[in-house]
Amino acid sequence: MRKSEASTRRRFLGLAASAAAIGGVPIVGVRPAAATPDTMAAAIRNVVGTATVRTGKVKLDVPPLVENGNTVPMTVSVASPMTPDDYVKSIHVFNEKNPQPNIGNFYLGPQAGRAQVSTRIRLADSQKIIAIARLSDDSLWSVSADVVVTLAACTEDVI
Amino acid sequence: MASALINVPGKARRGDVIEIKTLMSHIMETGYRHTAAGQVVPRDIITSFTCRYNGVEIFRADLFPAIAANPFLTFFTVARESGKFDFEWIGDNGFSETASAMISVE
Repeated sequence: MRKSEASTRRRFLGLAASAAAIGGVPIVGVRPAAATPDTMAAAIRNVVGTATVRTGKVKLDVPPLVENGNTVPMTVSVASPMTPDDYVKSIHVFNEKNPQPNIGNFYLGPQAGRAQVSTRIRLADSQKIIAIARLSDDSLWSVSADVVVTLAACTEDVI
Repeated sequence: MASALINVPGKARRGDVIEIKTLMSHIMETGYRHTAAGQVVPRDIITSFTCRYNGVEIFRADLFPAIAANPFLTFFTVARESGKFDFEWIGDNGFSETASAMISVE
């Protein structure tokens, strides 16, 4: 049992490392097709491995309708006491239809006091956003939100 | 030149949860845009942000092209002791910026 757990962890870390390596190489020269729900699922698998992701605990605040996809305020919070025994390790945010499925990874710890992160993101299309939180007991919780975007970001041409 | 805006309360009571806001001016070029001539504009983004409180890492973020220009990040921490927050942004093309803020905890 222990052994198989260790190997799963090793495999997950290996996957995560290779994903990070790929992510570090800028893709230029080819205009890639938009990310699809499949690539988002693959990106999520890279982070969570084979663990099950349950719905709940996480709250994702994004406006349901945005005019300009170039800057969309986003707040992710997790219902957690943030004590040394029970805290949020990391928050990962994904999208369905931008050129890349990742939006951001945020690493917290028990010293955060409150499991909440805000930033501003780009959305290339009306789509679904998924936030996944990894807690200190390695359980995974997720939430999704749908956003309608009238002016797309990321791929518009430079004048 | 790149510049940072940091918002950290100057004073706090021990044990308070404080909010930290950071903004780094940066174009965050996605690498998916084209010039009128059809050439791809190379990617130029901040890939990593770290915040340390008296040398201890309290918050870290991996950023992707889906983060808007001039990355703005808000997060929280518990005010434990007086000291210094160090912020570090690292990105493409050797981009590296740092900033710091002091806090006094009573």
